[in-house]
Amino acid sequence: MATDVGTRTAGTSRAAPARGGGWRSVTEHWLTQYRRVWVGSAISSFLTPLLYLAGMGYGLGALVDGASGGIDGVPYVLFVAPGVLAATAMQVAAGETTFSVIGAIKWQRFYEGMLATPLGVRDVVRGHMAYVLVRLVVACGIFLAVAALLGLVRSPWGLLALPVAVLGGMAFAACCYAYSAGLSNDQGVTLLFRFVVMPMQLFAGTFFPIEQLPGWLQPVAWVTPLWHAVDACRDLVLGTVTPGPLLGHLAYLGVWLVVGLLLSERVLRRRMVI
Amino acid sequence: MAAEPLPAGDPAEPLISARGLVKTFGDFTAVDAIDVDVRPGEAFGFLGPNGAGKSSTMKMIGCVSPPSAGSLRIMGLDPATHGPAIRARLGVVPQRDTLDEELTVEENIWVYGRYFGLSRSEVRRRAAELLEFAQLAERSRSVVEPLSGGMKRRLTIARALVNQPRILLLDEPTTGLDPQARHVLWDRLFRLKREGVTLVLTTHYMDEAEQLCDRLVVMDHGRIVAEGSPRSLIEEHSTREVLELRFDSDDHREHLAAVDGVADRVEVLPDRLLLYTADGESAQAELGRRGVEPLSSLVRRSTLEDVFLHLTGRTLVD
Repeated sequence: MATDVGTRTAGTSRAAPARGGGWRSVTEHWLTQYRRVWVGSAISSFLTPLLYLAGMGYGLGALVDGASGGIDGVPYVLFVAPGVLAATAMQVAAGETTFSVIGAIKWQRFYEGMLATPLGVRDVVRGHMAYVLVRLVVACGIFLAVAALLGLVRSPWGLLALPVAVLGGMAFAACCYAYSAGLSNDQGVTLLFRFVVMPMQLFAGTFFPIEQLPGWLQPVAWVTPLWHAVDACRDLVLGTVTPGPLLGHLAYLGVWLVVGLLLSERVLRRRMVI
Repeated sequence: MAAEPLPAGDPAEPLISARGLVKTFGDFTAVDAIDVDVRPGEAFGFLGPNGAGKSSTMKMIGCVSPPSAGSLRIMGLDPATHGPAIRARLGVVPQRDTLDEELTVEENIWVYGRYFGLSRSEVRRRAAELLEFAQLAERSRSVVEPLSGGMKRRLTIARALVNQPRILLLDEPTTGLDPQARHVLWDRLFRLKREGVTLVLTTHYMDEAEQLCDRLVVMDHGRIVAEGSPRSLIEEHSTREVLELRFDSDDHREHLAAVDGVADRVEVLPDRLLLYTADGESAQAELGRRGVEPLSSLVRRSTLEDVFLHLTGRTLVD
């Protein structure tokens, strides 16, 4: 049985397709890897929103509602739930496009292995991002289901918060990818979490309206992708959505996604094809 | 454009053909205008010390690094325009393993086979066969991480064969392995070669080059300094035998006068003298008559190491 390996190797019968497995085969690799940890990951996708909603929504919410009757007349837990949904998407996005990208470039060097096959840089980036998409849909889907069970989704439009939160996550993931692909070590990741992810989560409207920020900081919040995702998700879940702002948010996130993808390809090509 | 028709395997046509191939990184010239032809079915080696340009050459042949100048044809195709089609028919064993150590042995082959667009069932069938070949069948469900270096290397080779490549590129296949693991690996490579796979490898071990290669080029500072079969290189650039002398002394140059005229050529190494001669034993006898008494004196056959030393004045592995 072992002896015919080489004979077939040298032959021309049933040759592999010249175009290879494309981005789907890259996604498959990441999913195969994820399958090993999916139970823990699913449980934490379920528990994290519960903890946030319990602590922030009901705990802190009791104080907020007691002092001011909620935010714009909305109980705090209803206000904060869509914010945490969008912020969770951003966390997952950053988590899947930082260490794993640097690792695939220089620690485990998966990308070197992939690029030795018919796959190209574009397949590698898109396959990775498609995997992030799957992760976002699962994490945000579980969150939204939990929120709905707790009665925190007031409007049927709230279903659309899922794709919007996922889009927000993808927009951020694409840019994190481009950033990570250019890093030579993981110190840059620490900086990203400390000075971008963390502040964005705190000040982009997740836990309180950005109108509470000093005037000069509000435009900074508008620039962040998270604020757009939060605002759109909140309008959908509370049923206060209007087409104009929603389309504006989607377009803005779309630009981040496209620019991020193009940059990612460019940076990774410069890194890997030398 | 589906499976691109590759040129028919004319045995006279080289599978790999490079003319004036150059690779530069900024001001640094890693590969300096080399000409190489690799014929179907042969085992071809790039021998040289670290930094000689071997890996850069391999990356250009592997169609992952574009040449800076010169022409390169692989299976008759230009890597600049047909990279994916060429890579579909290459097997690549990189210098450092790129396995997914968190996955199992068989999962690594499945995942890799899918990169080539093979169906799931085909990938599973081939994985079973290849793991048998790589003597890893019993470990197919083990996670890769705790396996020995030799096993990981064999897995990398098995993985590189999943697309049934015409050419297998091996960049320092046995560097870092213990002697036993190297012999197991060589045995597998011999087998592939006998079955008609074209092997292209780099190494800085002369025993590896002598064991595996039909033909090789010696590279130094990005250039090819010699070319031929291991035997012809030794005949051309060295003598049949070498007499190695060790003295109890810090500087072996002190003993040059004592051995003057005994051999065709003498090389001084930090720890010994190498006397190049057709007949080592006569040279030994002559030294005895002169009353020269080294700590040790050994006659051996010339190796590629001697060729390299003669051509570059340096040893291969420091």
